[in-house]
Amino acid sequence: MANTAVADASVRPAYGSMSRDRRWALRWSYFFLVLFAIFFLMPPIYMLITSLKTSQEISAAGNPWWIYNPTLANYAELLTQNHYLIFFRNSAVVSVCVVAVTMLISVIAAFALARMKFWGSATLATGVFMTYLIPETLLFIPLFKMFAWVNDTFGIQLMNHWWTLIILYPTLTVPFCTWIMIGYFASIPKELDEAALIDGATWTQTLTKIFIPVALPGIIAATIFAFTVSWAQFLYPLAFTTSTTELVLPVGIITTLIKGDVFNWGQIMTGALLGAAPPLIIYAFLMDYYIAGLTAGATKG
Amino acid sequence: MAQVTLRKIVKKYDEVLAVRGIDLDIVDKEFIVLVGPSGCGKSTTLRMIAGLEEISGGDIAIGGHVVNDVPPKDRDIAMVFQNYALYPHMNVYENMSFGLKLKKTPKDEIDRRVKQAAQILDITELLDRKPKQLSGGQRQRVAMGRAIVRDPKVFLFDEPLSNLDAKLRVQMRTEIKKVHQKVRTTTVYVTHDQIEAMTLADRVVVMNAGLIEQVGTPNELYHTPATKFVAGFIGSPAMNFIPCQLEQAAGALNLRLSDKLSFPVPADRTARYASHVGKANLVLGLRPEHIAETRRHAEANQHDFDMMIDVDEPMGMETMVYFTIAGADICGRVNPNAGATAGKVMKLRADLSNMHLIDDGTGKVL
Repeated sequence: MANTAVADASVRPAYGSMSRDRRWALRWSYFFLVLFAIFFLMPPIYMLITSLKTSQEISAAGNPWWIYNPTLANYAELLTQNHYLIFFRNSAVVSVCVVAVTMLISVIAAFALARMKFWGSATLATGVFMTYLIPETLLFIPLFKMFAWVNDTFGIQLMNHWWTLIILYPTLTVPFCTWIMIGYFASIPKELDEAALIDGATWTQTLTKIFIPVALPGIIAATIFAFTVSWAQFLYPLAFTTSTTELVLPVGIITTLIKGDVFNWGQIMTGALLGAAPPLIIYAFLMDYYIAGLTAGATKG
Repeated sequence: MAQVTLRKIVKKYDEVLAVRGIDLDIVDKEFIVLVGPSGCGKSTTLRMIAGLEEISGGDIAIGGHVVNDVPPKDRDIAMVFQNYALYPHMNVYENMSFGLKLKKTPKDEIDRRVKQAAQILDITELLDRKPKQLSGGQRQRVAMGRAIVRDPKVFLFDEPLSNLDAKLRVQMRTEIKKVHQKVRTTTVYVTHDQIEAMTLADRVVVMNAGLIEQVGTPNELYHTPATKFVAGFIGSPAMNFIPCQLEQAAGALNLRLSDKLSFPVPADRTARYASHVGKANLVLGLRPEHIAETRRHAEANQHDFDMMIDVDEPMGMETMVYFTIAGADICGRVNPNAGATAGKVMKLRADLSNMHLIDDGTGKVL
């Protein structure tokens, strides 16, 4: 073995070791990539398999990785009966509204914090990020108190309404999105807004005609983040909504499909799988932008 | 009509004075270059004219109107930035027309002006490209085009050529001069490159440490610098500075450079220098081209002396020779055929009719 290696090296001394190193590096990276792909794809594949089985087959002691009697009954049942479609609609409306509200606030806020140097703007920018560091679990008790106060003072009941979530979720999404956008706007050369300023643009025009188009990858990254957070949010809807018609997907699935100690696994898996589809589709379409957005933020530090 | 007037302009950053009271009158259609080392306040001054920096004191007037509190867009100026600052998501046409669109100029008027500017700058075929598809020189042209289409009262250039490579810089320099000859707009141009300043300017403003050292045509600055700073800053290679003493010698004046070396002061300057006899801190300023090899006939005020050459640098057209007088490094320009060799003694000739006597204490040229 050693002899052949030496002979090989004497034939192509300059390139031999380089390409061999590279080949090995590639093999290792493929090995680990495949490992990780299997690791992370296992749960969704298991969900898919389970969703195509009948309850009897799920509880039967067969091979869990094989479907003996494939059926779409779970899908049909979920999409026709139950409240699944209501959950889905609630989730969709809440998420779209939250994304809209978040982006409206955070893009404008980030522009102001990044570009209009006013007294205390740096402190305020740090403050915005600090609020993101407070865990949501700490916040929902004070929020209960606030809702009670709103009810007492204005007579508006915020509890147990899906639209309350549109007010609640931005507290989670706005700080982080603002922070992302501050970083993104800060990476735009100062001369660009100065040029716009001299060209006669107002602050609003500079924002809409220069900053938003130039920072589009960052905005898309922030949008995806806001959408994912509000789509997957579990704690707030669990705490603040109770009626079946007011629930969103993550809470709806577990409250209606688990009855006592009976787990309707087939439908739970189906619901979760369908629920995971929208973010997946959005990611797939915006993947290129998302990666560009992430790396741009990364080099900025 | 767009003269620009600066009156006692001051710029303070916290406690640091970046610009310390500048007075300057820029005439209509003039090409003014602000030049100086980095940190001298030239860019700050330009940005104050543009309205991108607030002024801490004084008045700026454009076309006779004080614009201290007028926002940049209402000053009717156009600026070309060092890094071009083209809008990356717009093509060249959109970049150039952006300002006009904001001003709600009619579409056919925009089209006419953009096409005309593109023609002046020779970028007509680039109009639908994006900035990232352009080379550095092309981007520079587009940035100028964006300024030209606005037909402003004043053009402001902030070191527009320093991002280009040496060859392109020379080319674009000529280009800028041509454009100015065509459009004849008052121009304020900032650079740290004295050659750029000399070649472009109608008048050059030399700045140092937040103050104006001297204002004048390129030739005035070169031949009659007012201060040691200007004398040393303008011209390449830089002027030689040799410590000296001024001595009285039988009705004439003598410049003593070292124990062995002294030159008589030109007769027409005796009266001017008479009061400085015996003063400390005097420096003789002499440009390298006024130290050459000796020739057969000496004209008035030319004096020969022998020097040991330390280094010779052949440049082709001429040869630079370096030597020391009383500890000061001196550079001379000699004919390549004069036989300058490092380590050998050479007969050189100083032309004192172009000398400058400088008081090193005040920095003033006497």
